[in-house]
Amino acid sequence: MDRANVDTDQIIPKQFLKRIERTGFGQFLFNDWRFREDGTPDPQFELNQPESKGATILLARRNFGCGSSREHAPWSLADYGFRCVIAPTFADIFYSNCFSNGILPIRLSEEDVDQLFERAKAAKSSNLGKYELSIDLNECTLSDGQGFQRTFEVESFRKRCLLEGLDNISLSLQHTDEISAWEKLHGLSPIVSE
Amino acid sequence: MPSPRTLLDKIWDNHLICSPAGENPLIYIDRHLVHEVTSAQAFEGLRLAGRRVRRPEATFATPDHNVPTTDRRLPIADPISKQQIDTLRNNCKEFDIRLFDLDDADQGIVHVIGPELGITQPGMTIVCGDSHTATHGALGALAFGIGTSEVEHVLATQALRQSKPKALEVRVQGSLPNGVTAKDLVLYIIGQLTTEGGSGYVIEYTGECIRSLGMEQRMTVCNMSIEAGARAGMIAPDAVTFDYLRGRDFVPCDFEKAVQEWQKLPSDEGASFDRVEVFESADIVPQVTWGTNPAQVVGVDAAVPNVGALSDPSERSSGEKALEYMGLSSGTQITDIPLERVFIGSCTNSRIEDLRAAAAVVRGYHVSRDVHAMVVPGSGRVKRQAEHEGLDKLFVAAGFEWREAGCSMCLAMNPDTLSAGQRCASTSNRNFEGRQGKGGRTHLVSPAMAAAAAVEGHFVDIRKWQYQ
Repeated sequence: MDRANVDTDQIIPKQFLKRIERTGFGQFLFNDWRFREDGTPDPQFELNQPESKGATILLARRNFGCGSSREHAPWSLADYGFRCVIAPTFADIFYSNCFSNGILPIRLSEEDVDQLFERAKAAKSSNLGKYELSIDLNECTLSDGQGFQRTFEVESFRKRCLLEGLDNISLSLQHTDEISAWEKLHGLSPIVSE
Repeated sequence: MPSPRTLLDKIWDNHLICSPAGENPLIYIDRHLVHEVTSAQAFEGLRLAGRRVRRPEATFATPDHNVPTTDRRLPIADPISKQQIDTLRNNCKEFDIRLFDLDDADQGIVHVIGPELGITQPGMTIVCGDSHTATHGALGALAFGIGTSEVEHVLATQALRQSKPKALEVRVQGSLPNGVTAKDLVLYIIGQLTTEGGSGYVIEYTGECIRSLGMEQRMTVCNMSIEAGARAGMIAPDAVTFDYLRGRDFVPCDFEKAVQEWQKLPSDEGASFDRVEVFESADIVPQVTWGTNPAQVVGVDAAVPNVGALSDPSERSSGEKALEYMGLSSGTQITDIPLERVFIGSCTNSRIEDLRAAAAVVRGYHVSRDVHAMVVPGSGRVKRQAEHEGLDKLFVAAGFEWREAGCSMCLAMNPDTLSAGQRCASTSNRNFEGRQGKGGRTHLVSPAMAAAAAVEGHFVDIRKWQYQ
C-alpha cells in the first residue's frame, strides 16, 4: 500500500464501529477504498489485485495508523488475515494496539521500505506474481530469500508477549500487591475483597 | 539536590507502581473515562474472564460518539447505535460505574464533561479509549488515548503497561495577534511539526503565549496534540487552572490544600526535554486546512499550495491525492473556496467560549442561503449556559440549527453527516477522507472562522470581520 499517513478512518471507517464484538471486522477493512459505490471491489485498490490475495504482510509508508485509538483497526487487519505490517513509522496508539491483537508492526528505514516496494513490484511483473518474505520474530530478522535480509527491533517485553501469547491482564494481576501498596501510599481506601 | 524534573517526569514518577525485570513499567491510572464505542468489548472481556472493575469510583462513563443530537425524547432511530448505547448502560449498571446517561443534565462529549465536572485534575493520569483524551492535559494531567484491550486492562487493574514517553517542549513566544485563536495556534503547530512530528513524545506546551490562554483555549491546544502524532499534550497548572476548577463537582473537598500540591507540578527550572521546538505567535494567522490531514494547512490569506513542488515524494503524492479528493487545485485562494456545510462543535471547539466567539460573529448576520449550518454544544451544561446567555436564539435567528450535546459531525457516527462531495467548514479535529461522511470534504478552522464562513458562503479572513 504505497501511501503515507494511512489513518484509522481509512483502515476501518466509522460506520463499522457500532458492533459490540471483537470479530468480523475484516470484511470492512479499507471499506471506502476497497469497494465502489455499487459495493463491488475496486480493481484498482491494492488489496483487490490478484497477487494480494491471501497476503499476510502489509507493506506501507510513513505514519501508518495515525488518528483514532480505535482498536477496530487492528481487529479488522487481523480478521482480514494480516499478521504483520511493515512501514517506516507508525502512529503510537495503533502501534501498541497491534501487539494487543497478535499483529507484529515492523519499523524499517525509508530506504528499506522503498526497496521492498521495488522488489514486490518486480515480482508482480515477473511470472512469480507474489512476493514472499519470511519473518522470524524470535531472531527479529526478515528475509526474502533473494538477497534482502534485515533485522528489526521490538521491545523485549512485547516480543515475549507475542511469542508466548501472554495475557497482559493476568500478568499485571500478578502485581496486585504492588498496585494495592501504591493505592495505600496515596491515601486510597483498600479494595474490599483483598 | 535532586535533578530538575519536567511536569511529565513528576507525574510519571508519582504514578510508577513497579518496573518488573523483563516487563514494561506499570503505571497507576487515576481516572478512566469510558464511552459507548470503545468499551463494549472490554467489558465483555472482563465478563468472560470473570474479572471485575478494580476501582469503579475512578471510572466515569457517558455516551457521546453516536448519540443523536436531535430531540432526546425520541427513540434512537439507528438500531445498532441504540444497541451500543444500551450496552454501555447495562455495563455501567453491572460494574457499578457512574454513567452520565443521555437523559442526564451533565451528559456530553467525554472530553468536555471531564474538566467541566472537575473529574480532570492536575497531576493525574487519565486514560480513555479515545485519541483526543490529550484534551485533559490542559489542566496539567498526563492524559492519553488507549485501545480497547488497554481499556479492559485498566478496568481490571487500574494500571497500564507503558514505557515512559519522551518529552517535547513546544514553546510559543509572544501573544496571539487579533483574530487568531487557540485553534489557529494548534493547527499552525501541527503544520510545522507534521502529523508524525510528535510520535513517541508527550508535548508540554510552554511560553508566554500558552500562559496567556484561558482554560478552554488550552484544552483546544492539547486536544489536537494527537494530530501531530503526540499521544499526550500538557500545560503546567497555574492560577488559570485553579480558578477554573474551584467549586466544580468532583474536585477535592480541601481544595486549597490540593492547590498547594498542584503548585509543585510545573517543570523545574533547568529541567531538560528530549527535544524543544520554539514558535513565534506573531507569525500565526487564521488557519484553514486544504487537504486530508490536519498538517495540510495554510493561512486564510494564502492559496492552496503547489503540491507538485513538494520535494518529499511521499508528501507530494499524499498532497496530490488530497487535492483530488478535496476537489481543489493548487493556486486557488482559500477565500475563494465555497462551502455548503458548517459544523461548530466537537471536543476541540464546543465549549462555551467557542460558542460565544461564534455567536459574536453571526450577531446581526444571517447564514448564506447556500449553506446548511449547525451548532452542537459539547455538553448539557454548555448548552444550558449558552441558552442562559441567549446564544441559542442568536444562532437560530441567524439560520443555524441548535442541537443537543454529542460528538455529532466530528466523526459522523450518528445521523449528522456530509454527503459525497459536500464541502464543510468544521471546528473539529480531523479532515481525513470520509471522516464526516463518505466523500465529504472537511476544512478545519476556528469557531469564529466557521461562523464567518457560514455567513459568507466561503472562507473569509476573520481579522477583517465587521462585528455588529
